[in-house]
Amino acid sequence: MTSSLRGNLIALLLLALAVLAAFALGRFPVAPGDLARLVWSFFSGEPSGLPPQIETVVWNIRGPRIVAAILCGAALAIAGCAFQGLFRNPLVSPDILGASSGAALGAVIGIYLSLGLFGTQLAAFIGGLVAVGAVYAVGSTIRRGDPVLVLVLTGVVVGSLLGAGIGLVKYWADPYNQLPAMTFWLLGSLAGTAKPDLIPLLGPVLIGAVVLLALRWRMSVMSLPEEEARALGLATGPLRIAIVAAATLVTAASVAAAGIIGWVGLVVPHLARFLVGPDFGRLMPTAALLGGGYLLAIDTLARTAAPVETPLGILTAVIGTPFFIWLLASARGGWS
Amino acid sequence: MPHPDRRAVLAGLGATLAAPRLAHATTIRDGAGREVPVPGKVERIFPAGPPAAILIYTLAPDLLIGWPRANRPEEREFLLPGIGDRPEVGRITGRGNSANLEAVLQAKPDLIIDSGSTGRTYVELAERVQQQTGIPYALLDGRFDQTPASYRILGQLTGRSERAETLARWCEDSFATIRGRIAAIPPEKRPSVYYARGPRGLETGLGGSINVETLSFLGARNAAAEQQGSGLAQVSLEQVLAWNPDVIVTIDLAFSESVRSDPNWAGVKAVREGRVHLSPKLPFGWVDFPPSVNRAIGLWWLAKLLYPAQFPEDIRKLARDFHTLFYQVTPSEAQLDRVLAGRG
Repeated sequence: MTSSLRGNLIALLLLALAVLAAFALGRFPVAPGDLARLVWSFFSGEPSGLPPQIETVVWNIRGPRIVAAILCGAALAIAGCAFQGLFRNPLVSPDILGASSGAALGAVIGIYLSLGLFGTQLAAFIGGLVAVGAVYAVGSTIRRGDPVLVLVLTGVVVGSLLGAGIGLVKYWADPYNQLPAMTFWLLGSLAGTAKPDLIPLLGPVLIGAVVLLALRWRMSVMSLPEEEARALGLATGPLRIAIVAAATLVTAASVAAAGIIGWVGLVVPHLARFLVGPDFGRLMPTAALLGGGYLLAIDTLARTAAPVETPLGILTAVIGTPFFIWLLASARGGWS
Repeated sequence: MPHPDRRAVLAGLGATLAAPRLAHATTIRDGAGREVPVPGKVERIFPAGPPAAILIYTLAPDLLIGWPRANRPEEREFLLPGIGDRPEVGRITGRGNSANLEAVLQAKPDLIIDSGSTGRTYVELAERVQQQTGIPYALLDGRFDQTPASYRILGQLTGRSERAETLARWCEDSFATIRGRIAAIPPEKRPSVYYARGPRGLETGLGGSINVETLSFLGARNAAAEQQGSGLAQVSLEQVLAWNPDVIVTIDLAFSESVRSDPNWAGVKAVREGRVHLSPKLPFGWVDFPPSVNRAIGLWWLAKLLYPAQFPEDIRKLARDFHTLFYQVTPSEAQLDRVLAGRG
């Protein structure tokens, strides 16, 4: 068995375990037997004979949330992977070019203007795309120096400007109503996810993921120094645009659906590298599987630990930080 | 940013110099137990935040310099003309204060009033602003059951004790009547209530939160109270289903409209039994936000919803009387309809 196959099997197994746990656990008690009957009725088409409340909880509340957690986790993980490869830096996360900050600004403006649920999500999605578009546009006009470095620096600068914008809108917000809503959004949560929320998430994530997975073999070449890549006959410019666009698309979609969730895009690619090595062709699918399982496990924790939800962004940071320090300390040439 | 006005700076200096003299004047103990000098004359009061602005408006509308946030047109029509549309002055909230102290001075208030937490941060803020500006700064306890006491302090500070006494009495009588009737209701007959905020109705107030003070005053069982805390939190619909509350009270129009037809909420007892209630919010929220005396009429509204048998009063009449006495504007029947429908 190749190491890649074994790695993917492990990732798949973890994801399956996370799905199982997520369906079984929750604040509304659902007995394992009832769960089995529900699954049986799903596949056989026979009525389960269970109270409708249990069906609602499992299929309409847990189900969409599980799908959303997997999609967001996978999206953030492959975006992180792509950016880490593109910038040849293992400490890069998907918000390096301002996708999360742009989406956050879009969302707080949406809440401030009372645009409603869908409007706010749309504003967040557009905000993420516009922010990265602006970073890319500004970065490309600067002709001096390493283009990748210029892009990263532009991302940092624009990101901090967006942060100031978020602060300003929060400051204007009505402190009794809008401000708490903004705070909850910025901490990240899947608490309200319902079936209709999956459509605007699924489309962009699938498109972006397909592009990134299709380009994954070329990404290995991207992580070579620029001259070497060119020498191998690779048009680095268009490839870079395609990677940035696809990674931004998936990040913006996941942030629009779940709010700000840090660390997943940073930690999961490292975990995946641990399993299957640094080659992007093998890394990306594993990262997607692991990312989905990781965020799903964290979301299950977020909704079961207490009667009130624990924000996802908090949990990913609390779990991600020590884990990342451990990774840094124990990694043996895992990057290159 | 406005150019610093020399007059304002001079006024500030003058006030600072005058501060020691103020200390000898009569003082009164404010809601936080601080000794606050009673100004010789009060013609202009600066509200530090929305709860204070509402309190001042109800007692002495003519003295209110402006509003922390300008009122919207649909709110203004329930307030005295010429006062409901006074300008936005920002709020004094410590580090993130939107009302620049120079701008506060320029507004030439004789008194600054805050209503809310009497915790250390706010006491220190009051002390500092009072020292910097030389303007007496009274901090009133914003807890709902302290409303009568706040009126009496405000009445003495402004020399409007008579009206303050009337309003304080109205609140006290309400509190006593409501408490008395509820005391006779055995705990198991008290409904469990879920307080829903946000467009999905999944934000709620925890056990000790100011947002659910009216609920706890009414002895209702707050579904989210098993988790104590001082603020708002998010919960999942699954958790609401598990709590299965008898009544849902919401301040969100979008949620109150969607919840009735949402199959996922259909399993919640309150939805099944048609006990989802959208709180009135004109000109100010009846249940919460901003947490001020506007909740006194909300208390009656909630009491009637939770214990219909014990509270036969007509809410229209109560609302009309409350508006007339506290806001000094008598709403028309059409306006009352709008208030009670929870729109706005």
